[in-house]
This record gives sequence, C-alpha cells and structure tokens, in this order.
Amino acid sequence: MLEKLKLKTFDAEEIRKDFPILERRVNGKQLVYLDSAATSQKPRQVIEAEKAYYSEYNANIHRGVHKLSQEATEAYEGVREKVLRLINAREKEEIIYTRGTTEAINIVTGSVLLNSLQKGDEIVLTVMEHHSNLVPWLAMKKRGIDVKFVDINDDGTLKMEQFEVLITKKTRIVAVSCASNLLGTINDARKIAKIAHENDALALLDAAQAVPHMPVDVKAMDCDFLAFSGHKMLGPTGTGILYGKRYLLEEMEPVQFGGDMIKEVHLTHATWNDLPWKFEAGTPNIAGVIGLGVAIDYLQKIGLSNIRMHEKQLIAYALKTLKEIKGIRIFGPMDPEIRGGVISFNLADVHPHDLATVLDYEGIAVRSGHHCAMPLTERLGETATTRASFYIYNTEEEIDRLVEALEKARKVFGV
Amino acid sequence: MTLDQMYQEEIMDRYRNPSNKGVIEKADIYVKEYNSFCGDLIEMYLKLNPDGKISGVKFNGNGCAISQAAADMLADEIKGKSLGYAGSIDEGKMKEMLGIPLGPIRIKCALLALKALKIGVQRYIVKK
Repeated sequence: MLEKLKLKTFDAEEIRKDFPILERRVNGKQLVYLDSAATSQKPRQVIEAEKAYYSEYNANIHRGVHKLSQEATEAYEGVREKVLRLINAREKEEIIYTRGTTEAINIVTGSVLLNSLQKGDEIVLTVMEHHSNLVPWLAMKKRGIDVKFVDINDDGTLKMEQFEVLITKKTRIVAVSCASNLLGTINDARKIAKIAHENDALALLDAAQAVPHMPVDVKAMDCDFLAFSGHKMLGPTGTGILYGKRYLLEEMEPVQFGGDMIKEVHLTHATWNDLPWKFEAGTPNIAGVIGLGVAIDYLQKIGLSNIRMHEKQLIAYALKTLKEIKGIRIFGPMDPEIRGGVISFNLADVHPHDLATVLDYEGIAVRSGHHCAMPLTERLGETATTRASFYIYNTEEEIDRLVEALEKARKVFGV
Repeated sequence: MTLDQMYQEEIMDRYRNPSNKGVIEKADIYVKEYNSFCGDLIEMYLKLNPDGKISGVKFNGNGCAISQAAADMLADEIKGKSLGYAGSIDEGKMKEMLGIPLGPIRIKCALLALKALKIGVQRYIVKK
C-alpha cells in the first residue's frame, strides 16, 4: 500500500513540464529522448540557476572580499553539503568537484598514491567497464602494473566468483562500475568492495550510471572512492564528483597545479591547500556546480527510490515489448530487479548507425556505436549496438513509439 | 531530405551487394582504419600497374550502409586512374559522389574509406 501511494506521487507527465527541450520537434515529430545515459536533459530550474549566477552574482570564488564574490563562493561551496547528503559521505572534505567521472578517476590514477604502486602490483577491473574506468588503468601497464579483468556471464551479469580468484594480496585496487552503461546490469558493489578490503585492496566505484538513478550510500557500500558525473543527473555538462575517504585523499598528491590549490607559494617551493581544494586547481565551473546543486535538490525532491521504481517499470515494459520484435537481440539481464533503465540491442544485420538514423527520422534520439565500452562490445561478439536509455521524464508511450519505429526500420532494411 | 532519399536505391544496393568488397593478396597498398566514433573498421587494398595506374581496388570490414556504400563508390571512382588522382579526391568530391546531405556525425561514416585511401597513398609516396 505504501509503495502504491509513493508511486502516485511520481508523475512523469508533471515532471516533463519542467524540461523545455522535451517540447521540441525533431524531423516534424515530437522528440522522444532516449539517450539519458549519455547525458540527461536539464530542468528549467537548473538552467535558471546558471542564468541567475551569470546575470546576478558572477564573480570568481575564494578570492574577492567583495559582495559578488562572497555570494558566488557561498553558492558554490554550499553544493558540497548537498552532494554529501546525496551519497551519505562523512564530511565535506571528501567531496571533490571535477569535470566529470573521467576526471574523477584520473585524479585517483594520476595521484602519487598510485605512483607508489610497484611492478608486480595488480589492478582488478571488469570487462564491462566504460573507457573512463578502463583506459586510465591501462595507462599504468607501462609501469609494470598488471591489469586483470572479471568476465561476464551470458546474461550480462558479472562472474562474481572470479573476484574471489582474481583479487589477491597483490591486488592494490579494484575498480568496478555500479551499473553498466551498455548492459544496464546493476552490480553488487558492496560485495565487491568487501572482497577487495578482505585482501587489503582499495575499492573504486564508477557510479556514473548509478547516482542519477538510485539511492547510493558510500558508507553502506564502504567504497574508498566513488566517481560520477553531474550532467547525467540533470546537472550542467562539465561537472562531476570524486568522493574519497579522507585519510586517502590526505595522503594523495594533487595531479593539477596552479591557482586555488595552494596554501603558500615561494619561488623555491609551494605547499598544498587543505582538502578538498588541493585537487581543484584553477577557476572551476562555478555556474555548473551551482546548477548541479539545484539538480540534486530536484532529484531529492522526487526521491531516488521513486526514480528507481519508475525506471524499473520502464525497463520491464521495454524488455517485454522489444522482445517481441522479429530479429532483435537484446543484451544484458532480462530481470528488471538487477537492471537499470538501459537497453542495448541489435536488429538483424542492420548497422546501429543506420538504425539510429531511421529512429532519428521518427524524432527518437538513441545512441549507436560502442558506447565507450569497446572491450564489452567485442565480448558480446558485436561491433556496435543501439542503446535506448530512460530517465525520470520518459514514459511507456515513448517506448511504444520506439517499438513502432523499429518495426519501420525492419521494413526500410527488409529484415 | 526524407528517409527514402537518404537510403536511396544506389546506397542500399551498394550496401547489400557491393561490387568491390573483398581482399587483394599481395596488395601494393594496404591500410586499416577505424572510425573512432563507432569502432567500425575498414581495410583498403590497392594493386598498382608498373605505370602507376590503379589496376585493382578492394575494401573489407564492417560498417553502416553509408560507410559501405561510400567505400564501394570510391573504389569504382579510382579504378584505372592514377595514384595522383586517387590522392586528390577530397571531402567535397566524396560528398558529391554520395549525393546526400550528412550531418557532422554521419559524415565520418561517409569519409572513412576516403581517410584510409589518403593514408595509404601518402604512405606509399613517402616510401618511394
């Protein structure tokens, strides 16, 4: 009963009114935006927050003593508290603003903490990682560090038993996505972090496809690092977060140097600023961070559990209806309980770019290609896939339009 | 442009039944190139006469209708021509041959074969 009541408060049609872009027509048709895993759309509240910063209190932060700078600093720093509450971190010093998930992970891989890694040390990843949680680690191989990969089962879930084997006393870091951007698989991140810690390894979680879509609790998962992007959760592009346990961040050296990240500078040496500013060199994306704060407010007002429930309904409906299309191959788990709002597929031998072009003619925006997960695409035995991904503003009617367009594509390509 | 214009008969025909798809053993020029946006792969094979004319062209790999049709057209275009001519084909010419307007993303599909060809010609000339 309670669940039903909660669901009643979730109204995608009402939410849609906050997103001006959804009124757009594409190729003469009402836009159906199914590419939120790439980047989400932004509600007018976020757009207005950025506009307000530029038109009312644009100033650099941490520097001026003048009124505008004070207001900007307050707004910018205030967002840390919102992020802290969103992911249940312990203190604001653990929240570092970045350009996105990629930069967040690069701070970890680029830091001196990892320069202390030695030849023979091992990193454990999975084959389903996005390039952002794969390429920075591969770059370490030239230092003699071995990178190992946990494979997937045929249903797109991780072979969990392989963690027990691959994570050994040689393992220094285990870096895994909370949810796959291609398969939609929701991984048991808590368990993976536990196995890592049992072997004295650190656990980094790529939460780019998790934080926007479901409750995430860094204390409960007990991860050492968590990385995610603001632009996939209604926030502006060029925003992201690195969460790290304080004792680790304290030990780590900055990877970018310059203004704002210093305490004192002499011609002979400099000392670093306190956390979190030590990792935030130069003038940051002030407007973006302020917008991200409003995005977090927006998401929390709806409730992350409600968002997850909405997406679970959508993916269940999508799996059920797309399955019926002749010649379709759907990748990833068919159980909505362990699947986020992402569905990747191929239709007979139609190339995903051609399919995406046909869908575009119907006003439907999907992603086609390798989705920045080339090893996973290869592992699936495909060169590319088409992906539809859902968010708070999507509806079952839009999935119906997708199905209709896919039937049309079958006719165009004679499959 | 309508969908039918985009996937017009010639494009679909070349995509479904390309006349220049395959490999050339002992090719004089061989290039493998990826479309970084999608991971699609193309391989171009060129065989040259002693007088420098292109006597054989084949392409291989996987890709969308646009990239495959473009590769097939390009192969027809340079067959029997000089290497110099092949190297002189530019993006404008390729677009003209395809005859369909393409956005900034899909244009990469259309130009993949041309990119491979240009790399191959360039390498061959440098080596000589």
